[in-house]
Amino acid sequence: MAGGTFRFELVSPARLLLSRDVEMAVIPSAEGEMGVLAGHAPMIVALRGGVIRVRENGQETERLFVAGGFAEVTPARCTVLADEATPVATLSRSAAEERLREAEAALAALPADAAPERRDAAMARLLSARAMREAAEAA
Amino acid sequence: MPSLKDLRSRINSVKSTRKITQAMKMVAAAKLRRAQAQAEAARPYAERMQRMLASLGAAVASSPSAPRLLVGTRRDRVHLLVVVTADRGLAGPFNSNVGRFARARIRALEAEGKQVKLLTVGRKGATYLKREFANRFVGEITMLGKKTVAFSDAEEIAGRIAAMLEEEAFDACSLIYNRFRSVVSQVPTEQRLIPAAVEEEQAPRTGAPGADGGPQALYEYEPTEAEILNQLLPRNLAVQVYRALLESAAGFYGSQMTAMDNATRNAGEMIDRLTLNYNRTRQANITKELIEIISGAEAV
Repeated sequence: MAGGTFRFELVSPARLLLSRDVEMAVIPSAEGEMGVLAGHAPMIVALRGGVIRVRENGQETERLFVAGGFAEVTPARCTVLADEATPVATLSRSAAEERLREAEAALAALPADAAPERRDAAMARLLSARAMREAAEAA
Repeated sequence: MPSLKDLRSRINSVKSTRKITQAMKMVAAAKLRRAQAQAEAARPYAERMQRMLASLGAAVASSPSAPRLLVGTRRDRVHLLVVVTADRGLAGPFNSNVGRFARARIRALEAEGKQVKLLTVGRKGATYLKREFANRFVGEITMLGKKTVAFSDAEEIAGRIAAMLEEEAFDACSLIYNRFRSVVSQVPTEQRLIPAAVEEEQAPRTGAPGADGGPQALYEYEPTEAEILNQLLPRNLAVQVYRALLESAAGFYGSQMTAMDNATRNAGEMIDRLTLNYNRTRQANITKELIEIISGAEAV
């Protein structure tokens, strides 16, 4: 199926951001960047904060920041359920920095005996905010 | 018999009422458009979330270690009803419809010997249900002063529900809200949240032979099925709440628009009636004065 296209959809709770046939999408899965081509084995993956890159006609056409979420991959389709999604071009650096500060404060404010899940969640938010700042700086 | 002055002031007061209802109708119409667009924009996410959950949940639901958010406490004694209404009135039967629906549900559940707990979202529902069921309240949330429904509001409510489940404060949870069917029709609806209505949503279960050749494929999970489910379920809860809030907001403006349209029309009718009355009285007064003058002149 080399060179084929598949339907890529990106939705956030607020709206449907993208629904197009693309050649390749690189999504920031929780365990590392993952490139998806047509005919990919069915998977459900958790995402971390990072940038989704979409390739069409041999060119990178879209770059979108997601703050975390899930992706469902089937041979003919890839659906990303993002917690929050913004095109990288419209990211604001000051907003990213503010979020980073908030996340750091939230992590620092956690009591030492907090449940590990809560610590993980705060950590994930911090990493997501860091990724957002990086994306904002690169744009 | 009201005097001319009384009638004049009544006409004026009804006229200013009509101005207000007309303005409210316009505002509601503008807000309705926005709320409706927001509700529609949120639909794709909720639908895809449901699809993903369906393929995940069916495989896990039967295992004894299934997460609570998916299967509840496996008991069926205490029901939590989350009743979503608006914060404001002047919207026709919008709030009382939900209230009445909720009351019927509470009565039905209690007749079955179950315990009911109430969490209300929106001020109107709280005041409506407090009269009768004040002792079943576990909380009330208002969204006064917020212009639009934000996802974070829904997350907050979902977080509260999840925390209560963790404490085993209830066994099953449903949402009651006005579903937005059209501008003139909002339907009070009950939607089960916990245990998650996974199996009913999808007819063929994953793993069943896909006779239609549909995507019956077994998924790989990364990191693990359980971990994804643990993240997905609270998310799903928030999304369902968010959807209900949006539908309710859109319905509220629709209902308010209709109600204010009726009020404007009624005020118009009333003004016509009062004006007729006013003119009749005025004529009667003139006639009376003429009679007095003429009979006075004749007597001379």
